[in-house]
Amino acid sequence: MQRESNKRKKRVEVFDVVNIVILFFFTLVIAYPLYFVLIASVSAPTAVNSGQVWLWPVNANFNGYSIVMQSAEIWRGYLVTAALTVLGTLINLALTLTGAYALTKTHLPGIRPIMFLFTFTMFFSGGLIPTYLLVSSLGMRDTIWALILPGAVSMYNIILVRTFYRSSIPNELLDAAVIDGCSEIKTLLRVVLPLSKPIVATMALFYGVGHWNQYFQALIYIRDKNLYTLQLVIRNLLLESKNLLNNLVQAGGMGMSQEYLSEVSQRAETLKYAVIVVSTLPVLLVYPLLQKHLVRGIMIGSLKG
Amino acid sequence: MDQQNAKPKRSLLRIVLRNYQVYLLLLPCIIYFALFCYGPMYGLQIAFKNYNTGLGILGSEWAGLKWFQQFLSSGVFWGIFKNTLVLSVYTIIVGFPLPIILALMLNEVRSLRFKKITQTISYAPHFISTVVIVSMITLFLSPSSGVINKIIEAFGGDAVYFMIKPKLFQHIYAFSGIWQHVGWSSIIYLAALTGIDPTLYEAAQMDGASRMRCIWHINLPSLRPVIVISLILSAGGVLGGDFEKILLMQNASIMETADVISTYVYRLGIGMSQFSLSSAIGVFNSVINFIVLLLVNKICRKVGDTSLW
Repeated sequence: MQRESNKRKKRVEVFDVVNIVILFFFTLVIAYPLYFVLIASVSAPTAVNSGQVWLWPVNANFNGYSIVMQSAEIWRGYLVTAALTVLGTLINLALTLTGAYALTKTHLPGIRPIMFLFTFTMFFSGGLIPTYLLVSSLGMRDTIWALILPGAVSMYNIILVRTFYRSSIPNELLDAAVIDGCSEIKTLLRVVLPLSKPIVATMALFYGVGHWNQYFQALIYIRDKNLYTLQLVIRNLLLESKNLLNNLVQAGGMGMSQEYLSEVSQRAETLKYAVIVVSTLPVLLVYPLLQKHLVRGIMIGSLKG
Repeated sequence: MDQQNAKPKRSLLRIVLRNYQVYLLLLPCIIYFALFCYGPMYGLQIAFKNYNTGLGILGSEWAGLKWFQQFLSSGVFWGIFKNTLVLSVYTIIVGFPLPIILALMLNEVRSLRFKKITQTISYAPHFISTVVIVSMITLFLSPSSGVINKIIEAFGGDAVYFMIKPKLFQHIYAFSGIWQHVGWSSIIYLAALTGIDPTLYEAAQMDGASRMRCIWHINLPSLRPVIVISLILSAGGVLGGDFEKILLMQNASIMETADVISTYVYRLGIGMSQFSLSSAIGVFNSVINFIVLLLVNKICRKVGDTSLW
């Protein structure tokens, strides 16, 4: 009897060990590329390019960063993107939180059909070209509005928030608010939202990261260099090696000055690691802070699928 | 409910008026969806017209199915259609099971700290921009200085020009996508797993079931509805893919595999101002996606008991 229970205990342990080991290596595989970017960004270009940088920075220096920080383009991109992220996220939140609340009132006439019409857009859309023509005809090109308004709210997020409202805010509380003479708007502001911090944090993160990383809209709508977003700026900075690549293809090994190529690429390459870190760090620093809310928000919000 | 229906229309209006604040709260969303979702759908009629910027959407004359015929009979059609389909089916096949496995494994971890660290790290790449991800891929795979080629060279191989080999594009696209999204995609399965009734495990343990058997007979079946829903949703995007990433990964030498419908529409429409033709291709793409979604949804409803609606 005792031996058997020992045996079971042992088998459980083997299971756990194998599970943890696999997950550990999995985590390593996910983390290493990020870690590599970090150490490469502070290492000497020649060390990175010759493959000496592995586990620790080699000849650590911050030259890459000081060059990047001197770039007026990057600073301007940062500023545009910061403004875009703050303004855009506020608008996103306003629409999502109010819309989702109204859509919980399915007993009122018209709400269900409206919900259906909204949901339909998740599966069928006008597509790129008609949207582009619409935004152009509204005169929003080369303004920050072209980057904010066409994606002002996402039905997917409305559904998440709506599910959260429905499952975690007790009906009795809403009834009590009505009895106390709260209007719907007051109920939303004073009762519902204070109880919805996890989902509000989750939404802020989703939309905020979306704006920070936005590239394509800026590519097609923004021509004015003063309004270039961070992603557009860094894409242009990082593009050099692509041109280099194309040159290589065209040269096809026909003895193009190899030394010249390697010199150009060596300088450009290490700068890129610093550019990547500078542009990504804000997001990667903010998201762990919100992770606690994030997981709760998604879990409750997506319970209904 | 019946009573409500029996009431005259006047009281319907009264209900609306009494709850006007609810409609007021919904108003911004209604304006948004009407303007930016249904507006472009209205604009889709240019796919059936000879759109002329000067004449506008309404003023342009009808062209019937001219643009559809032109696209379907053009030399590019089969190439980009095949590329789009192969890319997304391949991505679904290699990418779909991994988040499920990850969620099952994470669910078995007893140390909360280890679990949290693993989650934090594996979610991180999801928050990185596509521009940066593609730059990282290019940097790592660079033939002159990339880490991957340094490893290949260390083992005595020759540097591979990864980014300009048409045959490698789909693999690079799919596996970098897994690296970026596997952790994040596992959240929804993990959420479903935490909702399992613990008495099920107790019963199974009484019957002497091992951990593996518990996973197989309790965890996996309880994930079925979520799995089916995710599968239906990815089937609905079967002619899609991560447009931005494909666009950013493209270069002249890999277009034979990397050119897909959406990037073609972009080049044609925005690059060359062929608005009608590119809208027609867009319509074709959306309609096929929608049909596939409906079909898969129907099959799932017939075969299993889960479906989107």
